[in-house]
Amino acid sequence: MKKRRLETMLAAILCSIAISAAAAAEEPIKVGVLHSLSGTMAISETTLKDTVLMMVEQQNAKGGLLGRKLEAVVVDPASDWPLFAEKARQLLEKDRVAVVFGCWTSVSRKSVLPVFEELDGLLFYPVQYEGEESSKNVFYTGAAPNQQAIPAVEYLMDEIGVERWVLAGTDYVYPRTTNKILEAFLKSKGVKEADIMINYTPFGHSDWQSIVSDIKKFGSAGKKTAVVSTINGDANVPFYKELGNQGVSAEDIPVVAFSVGEEELSGIDTKPLVGHLAAWNYFQSVDAPVNAAFIEKWHAFIGSPKRVTNDPMEATYIGFNMWVEAVKAAGTTDPSAVQKAIIGVEVPNLSGGRSTMLANHHITKPVLIGEIQEDGQFATVWETDGLVPGDAWSDYLPESKVIEADWTSKLDCGNYNTRTKKCSGQNY
Amino acid sequence: MHRPVSTYVTFSCHHRIGAALRGGGVQRTLLCLALALVFGGAARASTDGFESMLGELAGKSFRRKSEAIQAIADSGHPAAPRILRALLESRAFFAPESERLLLDVADSGEGVVVDAITGEATRVAFESGRRKIVLNNAMRRLLRSLVARAGLASRDPRERRQAIKELMGRDDPEIQALLREALEIEQARDVRSLLETAIAIGALREDDADAGSDAEARLRAIEALSGSLHNESRIALDGLLTRLESRQSKSSEEEAQIGAIREAIDAIDRRKVGFEILETLFFGVSLGFVLVLAAIGLAITFGVMGVINMAHGEMIMLGAYSTWSVQQLMPHHLESSVLVAIPVAFLVSALVGVAIERGVVRFLYGRPLETLLATFGISLFLQQSVRTIFSPLNRAVASPSWMSGQWVLNDAFALNYNRLWIIVFSALVFAALIGVLHRTRLGLQIRAVAQNRAMARAMGVRGARIDAITFGLGSGIAGLAGVALSQLTNVGPNLGQAHIVDSFMVVVFGGVGNLWGTLVAGLTLGVTNKLLEPFAGAVLAKILVLVFIILFIQRRPRGLFPQQGRSAEA
Repeated sequence: MKKRRLETMLAAILCSIAISAAAAAEEPIKVGVLHSLSGTMAISETTLKDTVLMMVEQQNAKGGLLGRKLEAVVVDPASDWPLFAEKARQLLEKDRVAVVFGCWTSVSRKSVLPVFEELDGLLFYPVQYEGEESSKNVFYTGAAPNQQAIPAVEYLMDEIGVERWVLAGTDYVYPRTTNKILEAFLKSKGVKEADIMINYTPFGHSDWQSIVSDIKKFGSAGKKTAVVSTINGDANVPFYKELGNQGVSAEDIPVVAFSVGEEELSGIDTKPLVGHLAAWNYFQSVDAPVNAAFIEKWHAFIGSPKRVTNDPMEATYIGFNMWVEAVKAAGTTDPSAVQKAIIGVEVPNLSGGRSTMLANHHITKPVLIGEIQEDGQFATVWETDGLVPGDAWSDYLPESKVIEADWTSKLDCGNYNTRTKKCSGQNY
Repeated sequence: MHRPVSTYVTFSCHHRIGAALRGGGVQRTLLCLALALVFGGAARASTDGFESMLGELAGKSFRRKSEAIQAIADSGHPAAPRILRALLESRAFFAPESERLLLDVADSGEGVVVDAITGEATRVAFESGRRKIVLNNAMRRLLRSLVARAGLASRDPRERRQAIKELMGRDDPEIQALLREALEIEQARDVRSLLETAIAIGALREDDADAGSDAEARLRAIEALSGSLHNESRIALDGLLTRLESRQSKSSEEEAQIGAIREAIDAIDRRKVGFEILETLFFGVSLGFVLVLAAIGLAITFGVMGVINMAHGEMIMLGAYSTWSVQQLMPHHLESSVLVAIPVAFLVSALVGVAIERGVVRFLYGRPLETLLATFGISLFLQQSVRTIFSPLNRAVASPSWMSGQWVLNDAFALNYNRLWIIVFSALVFAALIGVLHRTRLGLQIRAVAQNRAMARAMGVRGARIDAITFGLGSGIAGLAGVALSQLTNVGPNLGQAHIVDSFMVVVFGGVGNLWGTLVAGLTLGVTNKLLEPFAGAVLAKILVLVFIILFIQRRPRGLFPQQGRSAEA
């Protein structure tokens, strides 16, 4: 009796699986969007949500994916880091999304990482970050430090002849790690301790008088000085205003920023900023047909010709297309199949080249240095000859020099220590 | 790269001749002509060549554009100075169809566009697709030095000073020659002394082989720079000191020079220390006044009424957004829009304040916890509404020119105009508020209600009305703070959050219910913060100030200036 009941139950379960499988053919593929729409980070992340929605709409116009429509599931983690993890779990467990595009700050990524690894989801992370991480479940389409910070410093050193360095940043993980890498890099190039000034400020710092005055004094020693700024979004406006007011011009002490893009500049009076630099992998001003087409589509989608495009949007664009190509190649949206299929996938980027997904889950990108113009756009003054492959573990830090990430069957590991020959030793 | 002096001289001469004809600076014009003769005639390029140089400027390669700029300067073409200046001030455009370079010569508003070569107004100006000439830093630096060379012969002493400062400390013998020539004819005393400093700096930077023959002159140059506040002086002295000290054997003259340099550097440092202290104090006071401005609205709602208003920061934000809106409504009156924004921001914030008081707070008097939660809810609501209405992006509020830049007292000490004006504004608001509270009937009623509500009502004061007005007054002043902050920081939905904690800190530290306490507390915290910052860094300085306040509140729970008398017990 008992056995028969078990059998009927099994039959019922099998039945329901079959039914749901049949239904799935028409069911849309769900795409999760995990960007803050309220709170501090809404300023940057809302745009990326719109970018994903635009990509989904375009893909559907092309007939969807694997014969199924795409459907975006948008959640709002409200700039609240623990809420990111909750919402990620909700997307993966409840909404059963095939892929998630999301996160901006490193701390939000670190917060969702365990969730994605536990539930084996896919996360495309579109923002430049400090590196020192490579997860099986995360694809980093923004720049690693060797694709932004290091080339920028090399440019200043070789082309501008900078000898004294101010590393100014907001006090959190991205600037601290980046500055650690930069300091090691500068010292490896023979820059003396006395010629490096490191300064950290709290989030949203608004009174820059004494710091700018210190920078001015530091820069008046007769050697060419530059500021490498990892100052976070909001604090930049008063910082640049103070620079302008104290008469620090870009010709005297250029500031190269890693977090100031077109979007941030659209909220600033750009007159005092003209000539200051930013290092990115994409500028809206890039002269390429694919970029012009993207900008046109973006303006049509968002309904305003005034809205700008920026680097994280390009990274989202690349990530989305890579995922689409990988799903096509794998013939399924199953995360582990996509993880295998995506390595080596090559899609066009918006600066006219083609980016490839590498085995360490980072991508190849060109590096551009631009000078801020009065209209809030950048004029490219320098770019790398070819594409730079993203390096997950910096070669300039002794502890991460020996670590390698390779998710192909060769290593299948995000933190392989080449010295101890072990896949551990580092927490990501 | 050695350029004949004549090229710079000739293009400044074109100005000079005109000036001489108008009856001024004949001497300077003669200098120009003499220099031009001494250094050989200017190689004047043909007009065709000149046009092709201008065409180069519209190209993409920054290297070729830099070369074109140098070529334009060298050409000695009469239009060259005008073009270089326009390029530097980013007023140069290229009209692609007619291939002409255009210059925007109007100071502001409706532009008057002229042809670069003829200097006459042109119809090409309205051609579609005209592009601004894009410069990079290297080109700007080049332009600045070229324009400065021409500026040495300017009629305006201010421009001459500017030019000398620009050229000071450049390793270039021609520039030294130009400066010496300029000194010979300079009349204005302050310009002369600046020129002398610049020449002395140049003398120290010369090769030792050249200068070795004239140790006497070098010693005089060192003495001339003693106590000079220009950065370049210190750099030149430092450089010479390192060079001399690295010598194996030193002559007695060199020993004397080393001694003189040390004395000169000491004199510079002594003077600079004093100015540095002054500067730090100014930074502290200006930060203090910003804190006071943000906090005095709260000192009224929290201090006088006892309402913990978590939405206070959002009142500041509304004031800042009002400033932005006013600026959008009067785009051609940037200079005065900030002044117009002051009453507008006050009214907007005050009205929202009254609405909050009437709609929510008045039902919650005497229940501080619920007030706190309700106003916190309102603050979130206001933030998100601003995000929906104005978008989550920050808004750019432009600074009027009278609030940008610095009041330069000397090379070591300058005050930012925006900070100065905000100190003045903040002090005026404070004085006005004290005036209202102590000199008017309304103020009397506000104080009466604050001290003893029942008694005041028994005397015929309409308590409910006074509550609404008081809350509106506090909120309105927060709106004024928003106008000031829009000139310092971001105008965005998060503006308020950044200031609410600081404001509470100031009010609690100063003593609840005491406006003078708020003033003293704001200034104390501002100056303490700035005194700590150079040693501890911005992050630690903030923490130390917080720890200091916590300890202080432990000892004196009622703040610096506690309320006295029976009302304090209420």
